[in-house]
Amino acid sequence: MSNNEHEHIQEHIKIYLNVFGALAILTLVTVAVSYLELSTVEGIMLALAIASVKASLVAGYFMHLISEKQTIIWILILTFVFFLILMFLPLITVTDHTGIN
Amino acid sequence: MSSIPYIVEERPDTGLTNAKLGIWIFLASEVMLFGGLFSAYVFLRMAAPAGDFEYWGNKLSIPMATINTLVLISSSVTVIMAWASLKLKDFGKYKLYMGLTLLCSFMFLVIKYFEYTGKFHHGIFPSSSTFMGIYFTLTGLHGLHIIGGIVVMGYMWLPVGNKMWKTNPEMFTNRVEVAGLYWHFVDLVWIFLFPILYLL
Repeated sequence: MSNNEHEHIQEHIKIYLNVFGALAILTLVTVAVSYLELSTVEGIMLALAIASVKASLVAGYFMHLISEKQTIIWILILTFVFFLILMFLPLITVTDHTGIN
Repeated sequence: MSSIPYIVEERPDTGLTNAKLGIWIFLASEVMLFGGLFSAYVFLRMAAPAGDFEYWGNKLSIPMATINTLVLISSSVTVIMAWASLKLKDFGKYKLYMGLTLLCSFMFLVIKYFEYTGKFHHGIFPSSSTFMGIYFTLTGLHGLHIIGGIVVMGYMWLPVGNKMWKTNPEMFTNRVEVAGLYWHFVDLVWIFLFPILYLL
């Protein structure tokens, strides 16, 4: 193995440890925030925002998505679209429901 | 018999090894599996009487879940360190980090076990309420994924891993990477489960 690659991996390890620190801190922040007097909507938004940041860190750095091939990125974009549709399905049904009443 | 192609080298058309592409497509299907249940959670929560989810959610232990979150995040770091150790050709360190990953995953299950049995002792079951139904379904499915990860990573940690490392180190490194990708996904799911079930 070349010296170059060795250094490259060493740099990555530093990044992994920093991300770990960030994830640990954000976990404690999420818990702390849940004790604040927020409205339900604010609470949900804030908790999901923090979770999304954590998820991006895991996906971007641990799963190497920031430097991953286009093929995988496109598969994931497609998946995300379908995921969003799934999430919005309940909203559609509720609208439908209130329409009947 | 010749070996299966594109296990170690990248395929010219996809620019990926088959295993890498395969695991990502599998993870995409996993997103939809958990996505369906997350969607069910939203649906049930919107249809539930006001305050019902909060009332039952307050019965869960936030300290236990916080520790479990930290345990799982730690295991994500150790599994990537295991892979990085193989990249650095340090098999001893790989053994150490993979061992730590397995230790963390068992710890997660043990804590989950105490959480579950604690609920059962208080007469709380999946049938107790809508919230508990979706709570046990989501965390149960997630727990099964943890067990799946333990089986795969445990296999690669046992002496059979030493043999694979000796005969085809590059292939073994790729396998560890792919198992790691799955493990990060399991961590990722928990990152969302933790706030929606315990904190909201």
